[in-house]
Amino acid sequence: MTRFTPKVVTANALIEGDAVWLTADDRWTRDMREAELLEDEADAAIRLLHAQAQRNVVVGAYLADAKAGRDGPEPTHFREAFRMRGPSNYAHGKQVEV
Amino acid sequence: MYVYNDFDEAFVRARVAQFRGQVERRIDGSLTEDEFRPLRLMNGLYLQLHAYMLRVAIPYGTLNVAQMRQLAMIADRWDKGYGHWTTRQNIQFNWPRLADVPDMLDALADVGMHAIQTSGNTIRNVTADHFAGAAADEIEDPRPVAELLRQWSTDHPEFQFLPRKFKIAITGSPNDRAVTRAHDIGLRMVRDAAGAPGFEVIVGGGLGRTPMVGRVIRDFLPKADLLPYCEAIVRVYNILGRRDNKYKARIKITVFENGLETFRDLVDEQFSTTRAQFSGVDQEILAQIEHHFASPAFKTAPTDGYEAALLANPAFRSWTDTNLVAHKAPGYAIVQVSIKKHGATPGDATSDQMRVLADLAERYGHGELRISHEQNVILPHVHKSDLPAVYQALRAAALATANIGLISDIIACPGMDYCALATARSIPIAQEIALRFDALKLEHEVGPLKIKISGCINACGHHHVGHIGILGLDRAGVENYQITLGGDHTETAVIGERAGPGFSADEIVPAIERLVRGYLALRATRDETFIETFRRLGAEPFKAVLYPPQEAADAA
Ligand code: SF4
Repeated sequence: MTRFTPKVVTANALIEGDAVWLTADDRWTRDMREAELLEDEADAAIRLLHAQAQRNVVVGAYLADAKAGRDGPEPTHFREAFRMRGPSNYAHGKQVEV
Repeated sequence: MYVYNDFDEAFVRARVAQFRGQVERRIDGSLTEDEFRPLRLMNGLYLQLHAYMLRVAIPYGTLNVAQMRQLAMIADRWDKGYGHWTTRQNIQFNWPRLADVPDMLDALADVGMHAIQTSGNTIRNVTADHFAGAAADEIEDPRPVAELLRQWSTDHPEFQFLPRKFKIAITGSPNDRAVTRAHDIGLRMVRDAAGAPGFEVIVGGGLGRTPMVGRVIRDFLPKADLLPYCEAIVRVYNILGRRDNKYKARIKITVFENGLETFRDLVDEQFSTTRAQFSGVDQEILAQIEHHFASPAFKTAPTDGYEAALLANPAFRSWTDTNLVAHKAPGYAIVQVSIKKHGATPGDATSDQMRVLADLAERYGHGELRISHEQNVILPHVHKSDLPAVYQALRAAALATANIGLISDIIACPGMDYCALATARSIPIAQEIALRFDALKLEHEVGPLKIKISGCINACGHHHVGHIGILGLDRAGVENYQITLGGDHTETAVIGERAGPGFSADEIVPAIERLVRGYLALRATRDETFIETFRRLGAEPFKAVLYPPQEAADAA
């Protein structure tokens, strides 16, 4: 069995379409550091179901790999890093808004 | 240029109203995302990495002044003040809010534009030679036929749920600038023995996961048979195309698996039916459409001022050397406006730049603009006496980069800076290559060279047909760039061959530099272009410079 790597629940907001993350207190945050880091596979599955049920708030919820950082969860894959930051060609998106 | 009639206007307005209702129902929860997704895609609305993205069709790449100004207005009002021109002659807005999209579509309808069938498994925006109606080498302006195809394919009841998306490109000139051999159907205008214009019909081309050069299914199709013949092709594909496997669903696979001969026979069989069904009404409509595309009233004026400016201003001269193309009318030129300033995002124009371009088209360009699949903007009809003024205005708007066809005139798809399907970024690689060769002051020395970059196997950046193609991949969680060599996007289309192992994001620009310096050392004469040298010598010497033996690399 492969070891479970920690995850966060993430999705896109329905109206704005931008990346959001699920917090431990059931909010959707635009700051990934506030997300709930899920270290247990069963927990992660339940949190994902909870997220997917919020059909009128977010779109396309999924579990993304993450690791514990100094200020909260951090991405481990570059795609998630870009979602957290925004595009590299302009100062647009989260890198200036969050 | 084509102007919507009452039917077009009512149709587009009805679609906007319908979509407005669908968006409202999505927001209030009566539609789920699964229900809404196909509806939004039918209207060009994607959900990307950071936001929604609205893809708006620019049919056959033609825009008028009011349309360009409206795009600028939309960019300012509902987006972040810019738009992105794509390789399929669309414009993409990267930051709309879902709730605003119906208003954006209404604003587009105000100027005869829409986002219908810019996504989904339908016949997409028909693309055309961006010099259509202006090129000196043209047989006929292909846009009336392209508009006929647009009207036929839009909301065609039989073709709303094809096995996969379907792309048609058309060129009125034997020199193919519309990449017709990389389309599901490619149409290249040729003349028969008697001199009558018709089409060489190409089928089953496409890039993406399984790149294939299209094959000629008909050497010569009379113009009048175009719609029934296209309908026959799409009908056979609709029946035969595979719906069991997304990766085998494009017509290129249908033609490949069944064989061109069988496919042609089936098309001919359908054609005997469709031809009888088309009672000639299509030709009546075409005749009406043709009126809309009458050539502008070209002026005659002395060009002494232009000649004097060439002598007086070397920067202007350099710009005319790279950015002008021969026009069919005496005294005129086709102006290619580079949307590839060194270090900028390929294909991105700000709203201010759009307004400058609209103003120039209005004042000096007979009111016409074109978007090329190479992500540049064209002023198709400018009299040479007006070129110095046009150049000055472009310069003031940071639009006068003299690099068309050169190494920094790079096609780059949005890649992982925006696109949800991407496996790596494209834009920063394009920016770095352009800046590097600008700093080296080498690009004019290098001469014509097409670099094309895609951020994933879908190949929106046409990397397979770049002289140098770059494909961004995800290799074990790291961006990695694979190089292909020797591709050709013209009527002699060739899929480039993979050079070898990929390069990291840090290594790719130095690798391109090695390749280009290698070419400079290998070329027989200063006039031999990169692709000519490649054709003469083959890939091996290029691979040798790309992957030097270890000792040489250590010593370097
Ligand atoms: S090639 Fe891939 S990354 Fe680039 S725009 Fe197309 S789908 Fe997106």
